[in-house]
Amino acid sequence: MAFPVEEKQGFSVVMLDGEVDLNRSPDARKVILTCLKKMKHVMVDLSAVEYIDSSGVASLVEGFQYARSNNLEFGLIGVSESAMSVLRLARLDQVFRIYVSLDERLAHGS
Amino acid sequence: MATLAEQAVPSVIEVRDLVTYYGTQKILDQVSLDVADGEIMVIMGGSGSGKSTLLRYLLGLHLPDAGSVRLFGRDISGLSGREWMELRRKMGVSFQGGALFNSMTVGENVRMPLREHTRLDENTMRIMSRMKLEVVNLAGYENLMPAQLSGGMVKRAALARALVMDPRLLFFDEPSAGLDPVVAADLDNLILRIRDAMQVSIVVVTHELESAFKIADRITVLDRGRILMTGSVEEVRNSDNQRVRNLLSRTSEDVPVNAEEYMQRLTEGAD
Repeated sequence: MAFPVEEKQGFSVVMLDGEVDLNRSPDARKVILTCLKKMKHVMVDLSAVEYIDSSGVASLVEGFQYARSNNLEFGLIGVSESAMSVLRLARLDQVFRIYVSLDERLAHGS
Repeated sequence: MATLAEQAVPSVIEVRDLVTYYGTQKILDQVSLDVADGEIMVIMGGSGSGKSTLLRYLLGLHLPDAGSVRLFGRDISGLSGREWMELRRKMGVSFQGGALFNSMTVGENVRMPLREHTRLDENTMRIMSRMKLEVVNLAGYENLMPAQLSGGMVKRAALARALVMDPRLLFFDEPSAGLDPVVAADLDNLILRIRDAMQVSIVVVTHELESAFKIADRITVLDRGRILMTGSVEEVRNSDNQRVRNLLSRTSEDVPVNAEEYMQRLTEGAD
């Protein structure tokens, strides 16, 4: 099942949910890269994610890398504690731009 | 504080009355063991205690002669090849000698389970393997060959490979063996960090007391194919079982001689 995308305040917000594992991470990767290839800034909403494995995190890394190469913004919002512990283990919490919500990101200005 | 096994946490491993033989020699005798979800269980014992044999049965490399081994609620004796492969995807193993392929780079070794079990994009696999190398502090060693690594680095590379599929159950065979104390302590810390971050159940087979006491939630002590006790670190430390105490104090014990069996062994096949 594909993941929905909402257009909000100049961002494509990719709504991941449930388990983002070996079975579903290729879909997550596709949705994220499709938004970026349309030259959209992307926020990935992880608030409905119950579990994310390394393949899911790798999809986020690929999105981040593509965005950086193309001067686009890429960030994460609504990161749960369990998702954060996976990011922390690989020290990716120090790499990604992580916000509580899209509102928090917007409060930072452009 | 209640241990994980005492709380109502489902077991990922259930062994019941396991009996195994090599030829006619009984190696494991009525072994029963549970490992709870998220628990670190250390299986400890001296040489010849049966701990490595028990590991082989937990890995499904052999099927029980009697008794049962259940992994994630499934009896491994009744699994089809396909069911076993599905179960195997949830398990990672870090072998004593690393068991890396010498003809492959470190990165290729770590990516191998992904190639075998998934159809992920090449770029995704590369990022996943590099993330695991970061976790085990081997960032930048991806293109080296195993022969170019130190003993501790080989163990960490093997751990990265064991972790690459995000297993729910991780096995370590003698993680500290052959390492100097500082490197061994680093590896113990890494095992604890991985359990906490990945909520993985871990089974460690070791004869290293210091390591066992540091990382274990519970310890099972094996001796001559039988379980002497299973308990918390404190319970094992304070055990008044003489054989457990001998193991802790590294005292060897004279095995009583059965004269008839002994003579049989010496003279069997002689004219």
